[in-house]
Amino acid sequence: MDLALQLLFTGIGIGAVYALVALGFVLIFRATNVVNFAQGEFSMVAAYLMVVFAVDLALPYWLSFLLSLAGMALLGAVFNLGVYYPLRHRTFLPVIIATIGASILMANSVLAIYGPQPQVLEGWFETPGIQLGPVYLDSQYLLIIAATATLVAFQYWFFEHTLVGKKLQATSQDKEMASLLGISVSTMIMVTFIYSAVLGGLAGILVAPILFVSIQMGSTIALKAFAATIIGGFGDVTGAIIGGLSLGIIETFGAAYVSVPYKDAFAFLVLVLFLVFRPQGIFGERVAEKA
Amino acid sequence: MSAPSENIQPIAVVPRSTPLLIRHAPYFIGAAIVVALAASASFDGYILNILMQATTFAIAVFGLSVVLGLCGQINLAQAAFFGFGAYAVAIGTADYQISYWLCLAAGCVMALLAGALLGMSTLRLGGHYLAMVTISFQQIVTLVMINAIWLTHGPDGVGKIGRPALFQSSQSYLAFSVAMLALVGYFVWHLPQTRLGRAMRAVRDNELAAGVAGIDVFRTKIYAFAICAVLGGLGGGLFAGGFAYVSPDQFSFAESIVFLTMSLLGGVASPIGSAIGTGLLILIPEWLRFLKSVPGLYLAIYGLSVILIIRYMPDGIWGFVTAGLDRFRRKARVPDAGLPLILAPAKTGGEMVLEVTGLAKHFGGLKAVDDVDIAVRRGGVHALIGPNGSGKTTTLNVLSGLYQATAGKVLLDGTDVTTMPPHLRAAAGLGRTFQNIRLFRSMSALENVVIGAERPGNTLIGKGSEAELTLRAMSALSFVGLGPRANELISSFSYGHQRLIEIARALAANPTLLLLDEPAAGLNSSEKLELHELLKRIAAQGLTILIIDHDMTLVSEAAQHITVLNFGRRIADGESMAVLRHPDVVSAYLGTD
Repeated sequence: MDLALQLLFTGIGIGAVYALVALGFVLIFRATNVVNFAQGEFSMVAAYLMVVFAVDLALPYWLSFLLSLAGMALLGAVFNLGVYYPLRHRTFLPVIIATIGASILMANSVLAIYGPQPQVLEGWFETPGIQLGPVYLDSQYLLIIAATATLVAFQYWFFEHTLVGKKLQATSQDKEMASLLGISVSTMIMVTFIYSAVLGGLAGILVAPILFVSIQMGSTIALKAFAATIIGGFGDVTGAIIGGLSLGIIETFGAAYVSVPYKDAFAFLVLVLFLVFRPQGIFGERVAEKA
Repeated sequence: MSAPSENIQPIAVVPRSTPLLIRHAPYFIGAAIVVALAASASFDGYILNILMQATTFAIAVFGLSVVLGLCGQINLAQAAFFGFGAYAVAIGTADYQISYWLCLAAGCVMALLAGALLGMSTLRLGGHYLAMVTISFQQIVTLVMINAIWLTHGPDGVGKIGRPALFQSSQSYLAFSVAMLALVGYFVWHLPQTRLGRAMRAVRDNELAAGVAGIDVFRTKIYAFAICAVLGGLGGGLFAGGFAYVSPDQFSFAESIVFLTMSLLGGVASPIGSAIGTGLLILIPEWLRFLKSVPGLYLAIYGLSVILIIRYMPDGIWGFVTAGLDRFRRKARVPDAGLPLILAPAKTGGEMVLEVTGLAKHFGGLKAVDDVDIAVRRGGVHALIGPNGSGKTTTLNVLSGLYQATAGKVLLDGTDVTTMPPHLRAAAGLGRTFQNIRLFRSMSALENVVIGAERPGNTLIGKGSEAELTLRAMSALSFVGLGPRANELISSFSYGHQRLIEIARALAANPTLLLLDEPAAGLNSSEKLELHELLKRIAAQGLTILIIDHDMTLVSEAAQHITVLNFGRRIADGESMAVLRHPDVVSAYLGTD
């Protein structure tokens, strides 16, 4: 029982990271109707930026954090202009292939610069954690959970109670109508990419002290996050969060009770089970193309 | 126009065509020369290795040209399927001393099964799901290759891989591989002109229209995916024999991306493009060896190339070349106009061709169609009208199987089709057109109509040979007045003519009931007159039509019977003139004060 509680805590922590990346997926999908296959690389690049600023340049942690996020905002903008925007009128297949190309480009550019050796990034807090009854609460996991909760609350407020948020919603629901109402659709898509890159970057920075900072972390996180969006229901914000958390928990328990080397396979298994038996996910509705 | 009568059988002037094997003889002669060259020329070991790699990779890339180029589905796990073949040959010959041929066959079967199963889990959804699931699958296969040490020797890989006794020397084995490549190349080259290949292209261009034309979309995608996987397996099996050593990193996600880049660079639509892409991406890294000294650098360049190719050269090198050559190519001759179109709608049921009872379609709380009865009498034109948002198109979509009915029953010519998917309804005799035209845009008008003629259950195409299908399609195109333009691409036709092609596609299928979804929408007044004439000529042949339209002149003149919907419910039904004077109908259209 104690072990189960401990695993539950760890699972929620890791699941929160998946949820953050999944949110990035969902936001871009709702704005552009394509899945950004480079979403996971945003996390990887941000973690490496942290290594550059906090370890190599030995800047203060908070400053490195802000600089990394600024870097991610820039990357999101460049990504939109270089990868998505030129293809915005094409069908989804070329677009997803281009985002896959971008993902390969980002991962291997970092590999070419930093080499295959994983890097180490310290956590934000000096104290490693606190003991609460039978459960040891690692400070980094606590930070992840707190940060995710704050971000979700912020996002809710942003989309429901600010004008930019409303415009973003309008854009994702009907681009033509939005532009007729004077909303600059291309600006809104730009905002979405920047926000999603920052979100993915945040997830990468938060999770980096738990995992090693490596080239592979991007694709691993992206696969889990994508599975999370399908479990929750594609395109659904609440679904992405619930899906991410459940996947983190399933995976942690699977690794503890079934097999460690195949830890990464559980997400795939859950993904396929959902695709076969409930492709609309927990919250999604089955949608049919209109004739 | 002479009225067709049932006792005049069309004289089958099916043009005799030379057998395929003779027409394609130059290909085989060329291939034989290349194989002979590969067998006899003296290469040094380095060149031999490069040729071996190019040959086996090209087979795997051919697979991608089928699934991605022909069928429009993505596969990011081709290296995994390649690995299935390679490991089957490696483990089988090295660890268990099983015959090479058996291992190669087993590898192909394993790849085929894995591909088919993976496809079945995801292809109904397609798109993003497929991309992500194939990436996941690729990762799992790599995990297994590394961790299942008892079977795969883990990261160490498998060495001392055997070859068949007949091709022990590297040179003869290369010749054998080239021969396999030539065979596979022939298959992939010829595939687009076959029924299956046409179905794949139709699915790629427009899934909904493909289903309504009688193509089993899901099964077609699975076939494409399975063919791709089995070609991956075959390439991998040959690869293992060629290099005598395999390890997990040769079959990683990065390699899948290499395959994809090869396919995109050369041109995804054609096996020639695949061969060009494969050749280039094997040779270029050899020339630029210094790039390999920095890990990641050449893959980064591949990633960048993918983005640039997609943006600036979406059809790849070969697509670019053929687009340039097209101007000089002589136009293919338009087939003969064919016989006057014969329509012989099946008559198995009773007096009513279509009987709809208690039909309902709810979207969540919205009752788009609610408790609607429609009975369409055999022969003649029946109209379904109603103001905007009254549920007409939803009704049509439920009838053709694009939506599942929430409740109610649909009998087509006596057959209960309520739960059938679109392609089975087409097979049962349903034809339809779409309000927003859905043609296969990469194909010629003729090819579009041939797909219609191929409808399973069409009794007017004899044994369904290529020549008979062409004849039938030409009759249908001539019937709508577009016969002479049969070989033109869809994009060169005006909006009104595209509508006519869509109607020809439905007519070629010889349906029992034709559903027309707002055929007059967007037509100018002279086109509307032509449409009216066309409807008369169709009805004169005894084909029953159910038409939706807003054009009251067209509806009142063409239809003998009208059903009126409003707010998803039937508010009137009966003989045309009486219905149009019905007070409820008048108030639905003009409002009440």
